[in-house]
Amino acid sequence: MASASRLGGAATRVVPSMDAVTASIGHTPVVELRRIAPSPTIRLFAKLEWANPTGSVKDRIAHAMIADALASGALRDRQTIIEPSSGNTGISLALIGARLGHPVRIVMPDNTTPERTRLLLAFGAEIVYSPGAEGSNGAIRLAQELAAADPDLYMPFQYGNAANPRVHEETTGPEILEQVPDVDVFVAGLGTGGTLTGVGRYLKRERDGVRVIGAEPLPGELVSGLRSLDDGFVPPVLDATVLDDRFLVSNHDAVIGVRRLMHEEGLFAGLSSGAVLSVALRVAAEMKQGAMVLLLADGGWKYLSTDLWTRDVDEISDDFEGSVLW
Amino acid sequence: MSSVRIPPVLRDAVGGSRSVAASGATVAEVLGDLFRRFPALRDRVTEGGELSRFVNVYVNDRDVRYRDGLETPVGDSDTVILLPAMAGGSS
Repeated sequence: MASASRLGGAATRVVPSMDAVTASIGHTPVVELRRIAPSPTIRLFAKLEWANPTGSVKDRIAHAMIADALASGALRDRQTIIEPSSGNTGISLALIGARLGHPVRIVMPDNTTPERTRLLLAFGAEIVYSPGAEGSNGAIRLAQELAAADPDLYMPFQYGNAANPRVHEETTGPEILEQVPDVDVFVAGLGTGGTLTGVGRYLKRERDGVRVIGAEPLPGELVSGLRSLDDGFVPPVLDATVLDDRFLVSNHDAVIGVRRLMHEEGLFAGLSSGAVLSVALRVAAEMKQGAMVLLLADGGWKYLSTDLWTRDVDEISDDFEGSVLW
Repeated sequence: MSSVRIPPVLRDAVGGSRSVAASGATVAEVLGDLFRRFPALRDRVTEGGELSRFVNVYVNDRDVRYRDGLETPVGDSDTVILLPAMAGGSS
């Protein structure tokens, strides 16, 4: 892994997996949601992925994708990394790029929160904005066009990179089973599908009867404006056969969930975590007993400017109609 | 009659409506009712008689592919949502 030995300069040969920052990725804590649990026989456990270095679950896949690319030689010394991202993966790649000396260019919808722009710029990444009305699909399309036009760019492409589900199968899944050995249901947000696919594969292999549930955003009126259905996109890393159920969650319900996590459990979570809680409670309503693990993908820091916790919920939901937030 | 939400990308096939009422006790019957009234919709959301892989159908926010597919029951007060497959968030 010669190409991975640049950290620390020539005199100190350090591979990414041994770097103190990247080594702190994963091994995130699990806490029980005792106050939100709907009954004493249904236990809810939250896996706090904001404990990763940049504050989201995406540190896991960013590190895995870049380590893979370095090992295979697909990513050359100092080569620029380009990636479509609604924020979290971009910020994670910006950290890895900064550690390893790769310029990072992130293609991001122009209607995300300002915190994401500021974090990316703080890490030294370049931002290319895609039309917000096209949502994440628009960012994917533009990043693919830019990468195709410039062979000097390397695109990990989280939506199609096998390292994405694989790192969840190798790390997140085993961590969950060790932390909650009697897990019956796993609930996570559906973005690339990597988390649900990887964790789901591991849990289903190791424990009979585990159900895997996806929570996906109901797109706002202003971000569902695909030009045609041909622009539709099913991420290649999503193995839909691993899923047992899949729910749409409105911004309104996601906000309510975020507030419950804060007010009842003291957890400062991001918007997708509220959606995951909303789905978990819906699934729990059909269960008599069992243990559920909820993956909380990021913390609340990147949403502070939206006043997610303090504004009128209907007013804030209306504002989110035109945004890509989770 | 259930209510069917139409995504912006398909609205030209239903005269621009954001939501239309439709009759039927299953997803297949509801879609059949829509296809009779809005024939252009059939070609947009089906491929060889099956739902296009780029179209997701939800009854009360739950993806019918993980329930009984086109045979998923639809009640009178239920909401059916048609959505194009899109990359999700948090990515």
